[in-house]
Amino acid sequence: MSSQTRKLSYSLAINEAFHQLMERDESVMLIGQGVKSPWYVGNTALGLIPRFGERRIIDTPVSENAMTGAAVGAALAGMRTIVVHPRMDFMLYAIDPIINEAANWSYMNGGKLPVPIVIWGVINRGGEQGAQHSQALQAMFAHVPGLKVVMPATPYDAKGLMIAAVLDNNPVIFIDDRWLYNTEDVVPEEFYSIPIGKGIIRREGKDITVVAISYLVPEAVKAAEELALDGISVEIIDPRTVKPLDYDLIHQSLQKTGRLVVADGGWKTGGIAAEIAALAAEKSFSNLKAPVVRVALPDVPAPASRTLEEAYYPRSKDICSAIRKLLNR
Amino acid sequence: MPYTNKQLAGFYRSMLRIRICEEGFVEPINNREILCPVHLCSGEEAIATGVCSALQKDDYVFGNHRSHGHYLAKGGDLKAMIAEVFCRDTGCSRGRGGSMHLIDPSCGMLGSAPIVAGTISLALGAAMASWVRGSGQVAVSFFGDGATGEGVLYESLNFAALKTLPIIFICENNLYSTHLSIDEIRVSRNIYKIGLPFGEKSYRVDGNDVLRVHEQTTKAVELCRNGKGPVFIECLTYRQRGHVGPDDNVQGTHTDIRPANEIKKWMKKDPIKLFEKYLLSQAGFTSGDLKKIQHAVDDEVQEAFDFARMSPFPAQEDLTRHVFSN
Ligand SMILES: Cc1ncc(C[n+]2csc(CCOP(=O)(O)OP(=O)(O)O)c2C)c(N)n1
Ligand SMILES: [Mg+2]
Repeated sequence: MSSQTRKLSYSLAINEAFHQLMERDESVMLIGQGVKSPWYVGNTALGLIPRFGERRIIDTPVSENAMTGAAVGAALAGMRTIVVHPRMDFMLYAIDPIINEAANWSYMNGGKLPVPIVIWGVINRGGEQGAQHSQALQAMFAHVPGLKVVMPATPYDAKGLMIAAVLDNNPVIFIDDRWLYNTEDVVPEEFYSIPIGKGIIRREGKDITVVAISYLVPEAVKAAEELALDGISVEIIDPRTVKPLDYDLIHQSLQKTGRLVVADGGWKTGGIAAEIAALAAEKSFSNLKAPVVRVALPDVPAPASRTLEEAYYPRSKDICSAIRKLLNR
Repeated sequence: MPYTNKQLAGFYRSMLRIRICEEGFVEPINNREILCPVHLCSGEEAIATGVCSALQKDDYVFGNHRSHGHYLAKGGDLKAMIAEVFCRDTGCSRGRGGSMHLIDPSCGMLGSAPIVAGTISLALGAAMASWVRGSGQVAVSFFGDGATGEGVLYESLNFAALKTLPIIFICENNLYSTHLSIDEIRVSRNIYKIGLPFGEKSYRVDGNDVLRVHEQTTKAVELCRNGKGPVFIECLTYRQRGHVGPDDNVQGTHTDIRPANEIKKWMKKDPIKLFEKYLLSQAGFTSGDLKKIQHAVDDEVQEAFDFARMSPFPAQEDLTRHVFSN
């Protein structure tokens, strides 16, 4: 099969990134809860242990703080570590090594020692899992200087951004969403990376710009397809990296459309969507023809009950109605 | 310890009630009537029952992801629990929490939560509150063998010992933490010994023997009430069902990594069957006595499931309610 047409699921694209990274560089290692179990990490770690051994692929006790600190320390000592948290919620035990140590290490030590670590947090929600098994905490990490935050929305980007994150000499928070794991798309077999901090136009349009992140990218595409039937032309931008953010790309789009909807699966207050709205006000004020609209989670912990979940999570219909409201159509 | 027949019947009823609830969830989980993750405690009923029967109503309990038994044994409302697992508005957490968030403050059940070891320090705090007030209440922290990996357990053990807080650490050691056997996460199986370096009274009991658990906890409660806490008790047990759901099936593949002969061995040590044997052979109960209890429990649980199924889901307009208390 040609590399131009080979399709792979999102989770297997991550898996392929690991195989290629580990094959190329013996200093790459993966540590974290559940790397042996599909219940935790789907098939992202498939075949790694038989191929690279239980020293470089380590399933761990339930000890997020120490395991993450160990991953940071190993990175300081010359490894390239990936530490996985099969739910972002569990990663909160590891806030100290991530923020106090990894994020600050370079600056507070005058740039003497790089911290090539990827902290991989999985958003795993829905299914009435409730408040402690559903959180999407990208904004918290994007807030902290010294951390880069990537959120791939497609299988192609999942592979390319994982490779970029591992090759980066700085702490990168890699956030994926289990809702995307079965998405299939063309993924080249070659080893490639996607520059961190570069967004992409997913669909060109002229009436309105939708900046969508992670699982909301496919939702935005659905919304755009529906609105196209009514003659509404939606441009979709996927930043892919939420920090550093490719605001230039958004600005260029706003010069054309003058209208902005931001869709992010985190909470509304102080969220990524709020940051993008603030940038629009700062940098594109003269281009804006209407107020910016955020589509995000209400400021409520994740509910369990299916009825509340349905009202809680933004979907394409919420993006559609935000667009219609802005355009009065 | 001499027991009255009423006490013994109470232990039996409590364990049976938990079991019948747990087994009652299997069908609605399989047919997707229940969606939320459910961690059944079938096989571990003697711990919840033995511990909570040694407590007073105003003593405190905190649980983890596998806390149906803790909640029921402490006196939590049955209907409200079943309804919560069905995520209905009539549930103990009003359908906001599901199976992993069981609470009934009216009987000292201050909550359960699935962040591993997350509630250990909360139980520590409840014990501290009792200690500050001098109220004599005891706090119990239920956690699994998996939680021994988390640093907060050791921080809590140290502080509890330092201040002689009235807390009982109950480790339910079922030999597995999700997909990992205890030997893959610890160098020693002797969990109870982790309390020793902190100067804590630490014990191990057969967690499938409700009387041993009750007796050990009764002594621990007495120590705590006399300012001689904390106490650490490891209860050896085994889960009869999957880590989550009726069995360990992930995407159609059987992922229960536990050896078949180990499972078989432990099924023979079913805490309820063992206790039935004891009641019949040594405590003068007849099979008619046990049947009577079984029927009563069956009816009560059936009624609770009917109640849950007839209850409404939370209304979408109420999504933002309860973020803050009034
Ligand atoms: C902080 C955190 N890390 C990981 C998990 C995932 N997880 C859920 S239950 C569990 C292990 C529980 O094992 P144990 O404490 O022995 O309790 P058991 O399930 O055996 O009753 C883990 C690791 C979690 N819920 N919280
Ligand atoms: Mg266990």
